[in-house]
Amino acid sequence: MSRGLTRYLLLRLARAAATVWGVVTLVFLLVHLIPGDPLDAILGDQAAPEDRAALRSALRLDRPLPAQYLAFAADVLDGSLGHSFRQRDREVASLVVDVLPYTAALALCSLCVALALSLPLGVLAAVRHRSAWDKGASLLALLGVAIPNIWLGPLLVLTFAVQLRLLPLPGDDASRPLALLLPALTVGAALTAVLTRQTRAAVIEVLSEQYILAARARGVPPFALLFRHALRNALLPIMTVAAAQLGGLLSGTVIAEKIFERPGVGSLFLEAFFDRDIPVVQGCVMLVAVSYVLLNLLVDLLYGVVDPRVRLS
Amino acid sequence: MKRSALLQVLQRGRRFAVPPPGVCVVLVFCALGLLGPALAPYAPAAIDLRAEYALPTALHWLGTADNGVDVLSVLLHGARLAGEVALGSVGLSVLVGTALGALAGYRGGRTDYVVSGFADVVQAFPGIVLNVAILALVARPGVLHVVLALSASGWVLFARIARAQAMLLRETEFVAAARLLGASQAHILLRHVAPNMLGPIVVQGTAALGGAVLAESTLSFLGLGPGAAASWGALLDQGSAVLLRFPHVALIAGSTIAITVLGFNLAGDYARDRLDPRSRQHADPRVAS
Repeated sequence: MSRGLTRYLLLRLARAAATVWGVVTLVFLLVHLIPGDPLDAILGDQAAPEDRAALRSALRLDRPLPAQYLAFAADVLDGSLGHSFRQRDREVASLVVDVLPYTAALALCSLCVALALSLPLGVLAAVRHRSAWDKGASLLALLGVAIPNIWLGPLLVLTFAVQLRLLPLPGDDASRPLALLLPALTVGAALTAVLTRQTRAAVIEVLSEQYILAARARGVPPFALLFRHALRNALLPIMTVAAAQLGGLLSGTVIAEKIFERPGVGSLFLEAFFDRDIPVVQGCVMLVAVSYVLLNLLVDLLYGVVDPRVRLS
Repeated sequence: MKRSALLQVLQRGRRFAVPPPGVCVVLVFCALGLLGPALAPYAPAAIDLRAEYALPTALHWLGTADNGVDVLSVLLHGARLAGEVALGSVGLSVLVGTALGALAGYRGGRTDYVVSGFADVVQAFPGIVLNVAILALVARPGVLHVVLALSASGWVLFARIARAQAMLLRETEFVAAARLLGASQAHILLRHVAPNMLGPIVVQGTAALGGAVLAESTLSFLGLGPGAAASWGALLDQGSAVLLRFPHVALIAGSTIAITVLGFNLAGDYARDRLDPRSRQHADPRVAS
């Protein structure tokens, strides 16, 4: 490993760690930054004084701010994320871990759907530049960006589950693999659209480079030319855009879980919202934010793998 | 020669007279936001139990939803709510974001470090997650709370743009001249830096208005909205619940949201083409982004 690469890795890791610390601190401070007493939000303003006092000490709001922060940080560091209000015997982390596989599967499946649709479409649109394929792909991309996922979900249900009766309805057994398809399309549509655009633009740009001409002149077969020479060089801008969209993917799972009545971190989050179960809300928010930071870190590290030029600079 | 010049003016005049579809949608949205509640044939909560989930009729032009509430009236009142939330949250985001970003970009050093670090942390909360977490801590979320919650994440985009612009402007000769003439930092920022970054801010602001309409709809759809009687997202949620039997409610509410958001995005593209001459050279302005 070169010294430059080590330095790049360390700097990137340090920045991610600082951001994670910032996320934890901000989640802690939210309770204090927001005007009004969180106790009113949880209990309503008619609650008995002894209930308020009990909750205040359960939330540790009776302690000085630095002590609260230390206790909060300790809960994060020992991995328990504190205790739920509504189910006092449950640690927040165990509640989250129970439903995390559903959300992870959905997010991963959405990413796969988006990549499987957008890469071929984008490459096709670029190779057949200005053809009907290109126009069709552009139109699809525009639609994918424009249709909000809160509407796309119901539309997909109406078409595929109600009219065509091909796929399971919302609320059906969520562990069936087919039940994952419509939610994944709902979450992945926007990403598909953005990636199709980006793939098309990046491949068009790479195909006009001199080295593609040189490779073609050497007699590299078209397929190898496209995949080994063009797509690999186009991957970097595609990955950058994909990384920027990961946040949309994660928050999209919250919406898809509500539409398709699936268990998951999003459902837990919304349930906790309505119960005003503040520790669970905090835990879910922290989990999503930290995953987002780590995913971005992963993408940054992948740059170095995909493109050796990043390692050297 | 003269004739073609005249023709050019005429053509330009005509292009100005017929705004592109995106701008039309935005204008219609603004008009409905202002006049909608006055135009609405019914109150947004007026129930008519005999006509629940009716298809469009002469009495109810777009049909009815839960309890026979008139869909058109809900949409018209909802336009006001969406407009209020969008204008409030984008306005606040632009003000706060531009101020912080310009300060960070112009001063650099420690200011930049703090503002950029804070922006990084806020940006780590994807989509509506931070907004929901904020609303969870409020007893009864109202329009103001939703505006504040959306601005809590919305300012970052404008801060990043303003920072980049301010870093470029800092090095220009007219800013250096102002500095040499002894102008104060506040004066330079307000009179020389801020006016010159308006273009990209306006472009992003236009698209962000569409994003805010969508965010309000999404929050209401999830049941976390400002709890007003009429909201597009809440109507879509109601419609989704009865999707199997009465799909028209969800279809109408959903397409209203989609067309509005698309309109603001197209208007943002249009604003970019008009305000940023560089992007006009590209054949397809969307590729340039």
